[in-house]
Amino acid sequence: MASDAITVPVGQTEARPWVDELHQWLTTVDHKRLGILYIVSALLFLVIGGVEALIIRIQLMHSHNNFVSPEVFNQMFTMHGTTMIFFVAMPVLFGFANYLVPLMIGARDMAFPRLNAFSFWLSFLGGLLLYFSFLGGSGLYGAGSAPDVGWWSYAPLGARAFSPGHSSDYWTLALLVSGFGSIGTAINIIATILCLRCPGMKINRMPLLVWMNLVMAGMVLLAITPLSTAQIMLLIDRYLGGHFFDTQAGGSAVLWMHFFWIFGHPEVYILIIPCFAFMSEIIPVFSRKPIFGYPVMVAATVCIAFVSMSVWAHHMFTIGMNSYANSFFTLTTMAVGVPTGIKIFNWIGTMWGGRIQFKTAMLFSIGFLFQFLIAGLTGIMMAASPFDWQLSLSYFVVAHFHYVIVGGILFALFAAFYYWYPKMTGRMLSERLGRWHFWLFLIGFHLTFDVMHIPGILGMPRRIYTYEPGRGWDSLNFIITIGAFIQALAILVFVANLIISYFKGARAGNDPWDAWTLEWSISSPPPAYNFATVPMVASRRPLWDLKHPEDPDSRYE
Amino acid sequence: MSALTTTPSFPNTVAEWHLPSRGKVAMAGLIIAESAIFTIFVVAYLFYLGKSITGPTPAEVLETPIFYTICLLSSSLTIHLAAKALERDYRRLFLLLWLLTIALGGLFLFGTAMEWHRLIYERGLTISTNLFGTTYYSLVGLHAFHVTAGLIMLSLVAIFGFAGRVGVDQSVRIEVLSMYWHFVDAVWVVVFTVVYVLGR
Repeated sequence: MASDAITVPVGQTEARPWVDELHQWLTTVDHKRLGILYIVSALLFLVIGGVEALIIRIQLMHSHNNFVSPEVFNQMFTMHGTTMIFFVAMPVLFGFANYLVPLMIGARDMAFPRLNAFSFWLSFLGGLLLYFSFLGGSGLYGAGSAPDVGWWSYAPLGARAFSPGHSSDYWTLALLVSGFGSIGTAINIIATILCLRCPGMKINRMPLLVWMNLVMAGMVLLAITPLSTAQIMLLIDRYLGGHFFDTQAGGSAVLWMHFFWIFGHPEVYILIIPCFAFMSEIIPVFSRKPIFGYPVMVAATVCIAFVSMSVWAHHMFTIGMNSYANSFFTLTTMAVGVPTGIKIFNWIGTMWGGRIQFKTAMLFSIGFLFQFLIAGLTGIMMAASPFDWQLSLSYFVVAHFHYVIVGGILFALFAAFYYWYPKMTGRMLSERLGRWHFWLFLIGFHLTFDVMHIPGILGMPRRIYTYEPGRGWDSLNFIITIGAFIQALAILVFVANLIISYFKGARAGNDPWDAWTLEWSISSPPPAYNFATVPMVASRRPLWDLKHPEDPDSRYE
Repeated sequence: MSALTTTPSFPNTVAEWHLPSRGKVAMAGLIIAESAIFTIFVVAYLFYLGKSITGPTPAEVLETPIFYTICLLSSSLTIHLAAKALERDYRRLFLLLWLLTIALGGLFLFGTAMEWHRLIYERGLTISTNLFGTTYYSLVGLHAFHVTAGLIMLSLVAIFGFAGRVGVDQSVRIEVLSMYWHFVDAVWVVVFTVVYVLGR
């Protein structure tokens, strides 16, 4: 085996006509290219969703503003939420899973490459459908109307009487189609991990990223499907005259809420678990220590997945459930905090006593740890149902879940970008721009979302178009909007970094971070076949074994 | 960074390395996802039992399709035997049992069609009549849709079988397809219990 060198194909960079190149990208079934397609499409939607957020923030900048009309405002917050969850967060995480999982387990592709391509194009089509509503939402009159009933589309708002035209139909179809794509990808990830591991890659030797993506994919199977089902029911109601959510015929609006949140809450964990996965790879490498408590991390992940399936109704405390239901969902929600706390403890345990390198990826990881902790703490506050009765549907909630999604998920994603960009493109991202990106984003983030808790406590409801002056909300909202623009500036720096570094970044080489997982054993970007020789592994850190034959990990397993 | 990483030499120590079949794992994944979908429809059916504002009610119009249920359930046995036959390369026996499976599945679908025809034209129950109609047609219809999808796949295999292309090599694939068919049958047991036993 020792004689098998992995050849780095020089011919890969040969210039081809751009039509050829485009054709290859559009018809690719290579997991790496599909991963990049997922990521690029998600970045595109990130910019669109970000612009929508800025429009919301400008409108709320001061009282009695009329930057946009109330109708447009409703469309903006609906489209912002739907876009960010379904067409940014999900695809970008699937993109990283697609790219990294086969490389980390020593496989040459996903288990079903064509299903993989099909799933990507389904999700992308979903995004296009959603945005086509701006043009075709009112039929073919050229007068568009995007969905405007919030990203929950609570019954009966989604019904024909309250959502005439086709805006809700585009929303429903977009979520249904992208949901099928997600299910396809999840099945693919599970089959890849269980069936394509290289020799020696036992289930308890897999990198934690692989483990956590396995758990995430399992959750997708159980959590996205209820949403798809609810969308099918909504379509039956809207097109076949069904009565699922039609209260006038005895149907129940609350049932829609249940179905939506049976999806909606696990979804949060579907998004955050891959981010835990990034942390579990990045923090050890930049702390120069193996992960602290590998088995406990796996157990905590499985535990989170399990418990998170039974917490959904904490989104519904204010609808008037009985006290047993309230107590149950309060307790389960608080219980999720335990395995999550174990994880944070383990990441800090990994850093403890390590030689920490403060690269940009590590800065974002530390930001993640800090902010995710706070997001978890406000989450536990909201889990107490009496507290929730007071603050539900206020800006406190908005601040809380943006702390999770921006402070947690997005920071972890940025860390992942800085860490794996060299592998994907062969070039390093600029550390200088990276630091600008980090500090600007950190300041903007805290300015926006720390402050946002306060108008919530003062009683500012979410989704309001404008507000009266003199309630103490004005200056706070102004600060929040300034923070939003600082974040937008940081994103511009990030995008500039992505583009500039692609052409001018320093060459990365195979292993710029001196890391330990298999993806760093091959060239950057990896050849189409990934591994010239299928590797064999004997421990959790195969590259460590390779670099330190005198003291391999396998000796201690 | 060094020459070590460009010329990896991983330890050559793995004696035996067995991994599960990707087809079976993927089908298991699909079955888990589909189970969640059916669960939500079953929950909706049970939740709305007796909540219809107007008639007809399940007790008034539903008749238990015992014969067609027996057809569908026994098709699970025939497809199992067919897969076993293919494993031993008894191709004729395989084809015979396979066609029997298709016939039994087709008979079941015919039964559903007859029942719907009766409900729609004699009892005036459509998907928009009341909550019972909405939940009944969507739950039973979703199952019938899965039977139809299964029958299409089974028929494709039958066509390939007549062309002489289905042999021992395809045994694993046939098993994957038969997993799906077993699932469709198992779902019917649940739907049958909910709609025709508990629901009345």
